[in-house]
Amino acid sequence: MFDQLSERLQATLSEVRSRGKLNEGDVDAAMRDMRLALLEADVNFKVVKSFTATLKERCLGSGVLGSLDPGQQVVKIVDEELTALMGGTGRELAFAQSGPTVILMAGLQGSGKTTACAKLATQLGEAGKSVALAACDVYRPAAVDQLVTVGGEAGAHVYEQGTDRDPVEIADWALDQAREENRDVLIIDTAGRLHVDEDLMAELARIRKRTKPHNVLLVVDAMTGQDAVGVAESFSETAEFDGVVMTKLDGDARGGAALSVKAVTGKPIMFASTGEKLKDFDQFHPDRMASRILGMGDVLSLIEKAEREVDENQALDLQKKLEQDQFTLEDFLQQMQQVRKMGPLSGLIGMLPGMGAMKQLRDADVDEGELDRTEAIILSMTPEERVNPKMIKGSRRRRIANGSGTKIQHVNQLVKQFDQMRKLMRQMMSGQAIDPQQLAQMGQSGGRPPTPKIRRR
Amino acid sequence: MIFADVGAPTTAAIVERLEQEVDAGTVAADGGAVRDRLIEILAEVASAGKAPIDLSGKPAVLLMVGINGTGKTTTIGKIAWHLSQEFGLSVVLAAGDTFRAAAGEQLEEWAERSGADMIRSKPGGDPGAVAFDAIEAARARGTDVVIVDTAGRLHTQSSLMDELAKVRRVIARQIPDAPHETLISIDATTGQNGLRQAKVFSEAVDVNGVVLTKLDGTAKGGIALAISSELGIPVKLIGTGESLEDLRPFDAEDFARALLAE
Ligand SMILES: Nc1nc2c(ncn2[C@@H]2O[C@H](COP(=O)(O)OP(=O)(O)O)[C@@H](O)[C@H]2O)c(=O)[nH]1
Ligand SMILES: [Mg+2]
Repeated sequence: MFDQLSERLQATLSEVRSRGKLNEGDVDAAMRDMRLALLEADVNFKVVKSFTATLKERCLGSGVLGSLDPGQQVVKIVDEELTALMGGTGRELAFAQSGPTVILMAGLQGSGKTTACAKLATQLGEAGKSVALAACDVYRPAAVDQLVTVGGEAGAHVYEQGTDRDPVEIADWALDQAREENRDVLIIDTAGRLHVDEDLMAELARIRKRTKPHNVLLVVDAMTGQDAVGVAESFSETAEFDGVVMTKLDGDARGGAALSVKAVTGKPIMFASTGEKLKDFDQFHPDRMASRILGMGDVLSLIEKAEREVDENQALDLQKKLEQDQFTLEDFLQQMQQVRKMGPLSGLIGMLPGMGAMKQLRDADVDEGELDRTEAIILSMTPEERVNPKMIKGSRRRRIANGSGTKIQHVNQLVKQFDQMRKLMRQMMSGQAIDPQQLAQMGQSGGRPPTPKIRRR
Repeated sequence: MIFADVGAPTTAAIVERLEQEVDAGTVAADGGAVRDRLIEILAEVASAGKAPIDLSGKPAVLLMVGINGTGKTTTIGKIAWHLSQEFGLSVVLAAGDTFRAAAGEQLEEWAERSGADMIRSKPGGDPGAVAFDAIEAARARGTDVVIVDTAGRLHTQSSLMDELAKVRRVIARQIPDAPHETLISIDATTGQNGLRQAKVFSEAVDVNGVVLTKLDGTAKGGIALAISSELGIPVKLIGTGESLEDLRPFDAEDFARALLAE
């Protein structure tokens, strides 16, 4: 997320920090670098201009130049301004006092509305709400089918009336249904529309008037370029949206366009969509994101994720097992599954302070396919085999390889790695120092395995 | 040009070339002449060695790739319709997006609208197998063109890019010089990331043309200029709406003019 921007800004700032004293020329140079970094990240050029102007003003004022540690102060200013640029302290969803809370989703074609609807439904469902979706995209072929499918996966009820009725009427009808059936939340999916399409924009305004949503969310693709600002301005007028859902942030998009949306409309980014799974959806905290971009990590979000996904009793249990040297492949599997529930590993790395800056680590494309394979192999083992991997020989190996769709080498490799891991754990528990060489070996025992069969997500 | 998402490097290169020409006196140093020449240069860069869609194969195979939501399926529907309307060709569509919910139903609707046949598998099926079956069917029925749809994927998902490469290999094994056209759909609203998309998809499946979609909005699609200038992949078609007829061959000069328009 924001990797390139992050890297460039951090380079600029560490240059600033490396100087004992700053003069106006240094600040100018830093602002030039920053301007380029932001432009290359698709931040709207008008926004870039005013952003760097504010920064410069603040850096030259407030006694930064004469201070003992100007670098640190500049970092602080950038952090604050970046936070403000993305939406300050952010905004939470507004909920209705009584009756269903209505959330209207709008955006251009292909920005990811339908998926975002299902993800939001999943999140609210997990928070204990009964969620329903309204299928108001009657234009794109099979859009209703898509919502029915993903809505079902999200555990939400989908109100649909096919494609022959007016979307405004469908939305109104769905709201009646939601009231009658005592739903807590109704999320309205709408067709993608161009901000210059007057008829469709008027239709959106009618849906809004009729359903009086408590939240209108604009869905913006993180890859959007300079056009984002114009789009957001138009949607702001007709749809009066309250916040932005930024999608496809799991790619290497620079996300700058979406950052500009707040600057021109005053509406913050509220959610970030970061993957293809329904769970890959997080509340967006501008302050945390700013510190992440500046390489200061986002430990708060990491802890929240862990609290959400990790079962405390299980964790205590695990610790006991480690202490008593009873850690089995079964435990390993559980642990791995828990960590993976928190999202792609590559995403977690960026939340650790300083880690984002370690390019190798960040780019170490964590091979999710390999993790899938490890899971499949353990799942193909019998309970006894998971407790005592030593018994895995000849025909068992073959059975496990066949059962998991992998090769015998893969099974061997896993058993061997696990054995080394246990040795290491024993050493750690007994307080012995760990030989780094041993750690390195563990990661590469047996060399790279042959490329696995491609599996579907 | 920055405002049109052309990007700094490509803009700088073009401006430098123009400056040199003005300095050398080959272009008169007045506003009108410079602007005309700029349009010429932009058009030249954008057309990257002009190439029509290759339909010579028997059957001709088109593979459609790109990230999520850029307009692959819609474009396929439009292409199928144009091929049958204007050239009287028969078309079979391969529903290679077996991942996204209701992607098959979506393509089926386009197949009906355009009068094309369609081959599909059950959700979650192997996209390579669908492509294989479609080509077999086309051979058996003597169909002229096969168009293979694929699931949208981010270029950063390496295992999915491998999967795409495999689909291409399946096709190439059946017909040696197929796919005859591998087109990437790029959304005109895309910013600087579009260049990465084209580059990585190209490395995986050897893309030879861009379809620039959603040009009916206010985005100018300037990233296409960076793609043709830096990767040598020309824009072949443009999408200008959501109906069957909203597809046009790319006109480099119109595009260049639009880039500079306010
Ligand atoms: N306005 C406009 N919308 C388009 C165009 N091409 C595709 N779309 C819309 O973009 C959305 C995504 O298109 P789709 O074909 O499903 O994308 P795919 O995921 O790449 O297959 C749909 O709502 C299409 O109707 C175009 O040229 N102009
Ligand atoms: Mg599609």
